[in-house]
Amino acid sequence: MTKLGQWLCGLALLGSAWAALALAPPGLQPPAPLRQALLPLPIYLLVAFGCYSLATVGYRLATFNDCEEAAAELQEHIKAARADLRRRGLRF
Amino acid sequence: MAARGCDRLSVLLPTYNERDNLPLVVWLLVRTFRDSGIDFEIIIIDDGSPDGTQEVAQQLEKIYGSDKIVMREMISVLFSPGTAYIHGMKHATGNFIVIMDADLSHHVRLYFIKQKEGNFDIVSGTRYKGNGGVYGWDLKRKLISRGANFLTQVLLRPGASDLTGSFRLYRKEVLQKLMEKCVSKGYVFQMEMIVRARQLGYTIGEVPISFVDRVYGESKLGGNEIVSFLKGLLTLFATT
Repeated sequence: MTKLGQWLCGLALLGSAWAALALAPPGLQPPAPLRQALLPLPIYLLVAFGCYSLATVGYRLATFNDCEEAAAELQEHIKAARADLRRRGLRF
Repeated sequence: MAARGCDRLSVLLPTYNERDNLPLVVWLLVRTFRDSGIDFEIIIIDDGSPDGTQEVAQQLEKIYGSDKIVMREMISVLFSPGTAYIHGMKHATGNFIVIMDADLSHHVRLYFIKQKEGNFDIVSGTRYKGNGGVYGWDLKRKLISRGANFLTQVLLRPGASDLTGSFRLYRKEVLQKLMEKCVSKGYVFQMEMIVRARQLGYTIGEVPISFVDRVYGESKLGGNEIVSFLKGLLTLFATT
């Protein structure tokens, strides 16, 4: 199954469970406080996911390494490379 | 199963207008391999560059020998890494294939060590874990990179931390199998390879790499790139 398929299945499952409990179709009568708590749940989850995303990306951005030494080392290598290649007869 | 002494690494270098970078990359690769005693060959696949890349490649072939450096020309309508790899693999004699941009090379030895460590089918470079990182990136570029990667992780759950990095080492049979299965164009192709590899049950090892931006020249990251990345990501989401 594709990832999209997995998501659709998951959403369908959770969606129908939520609809069954929170929207109270005839034949199913969960207690009122439960229904009140469940009704805004999708929005809460969306907001929670949004916050999690922001926090995670923010953290990863802050801890993104800068490789100063690697860059300096590369510049050294480039110098050595050019000198050596010129010696071996490469015409740049 | 080939014994350690029989391992040979084929490096595929697709090039388009890399006249300035190419000699440096090749020099670095040769030095790395010679220092670590790994048997190697470098296959340069040039897509009809107008800037003299092929001429430089031929000079390098003369300097280092045709058993070590080989230049193959390929003319395609739209330069695509995928076509370059297919073309390059036909000429590869090694049992491991390294695919990289013609920008940076001094981590090849690390890859090989990592592969042996875990007997992985694929070793991928990551900028996001361990002491991997970047150099010379401003905040905006880092943010876009992290944001795009986060989206990719959520949607594709690929099991690798960096899908768009430019370094990979593959077992030759694994790469051949993946090339058959992957259909994307451009760099989305790189992402698809890892996702498919995961699905086929191949093992993937990761090595932190320092991504020092192009030796010469500018890297583009404009609105167009972002849009095409999103399109590619959503396509992979819907088809894999």
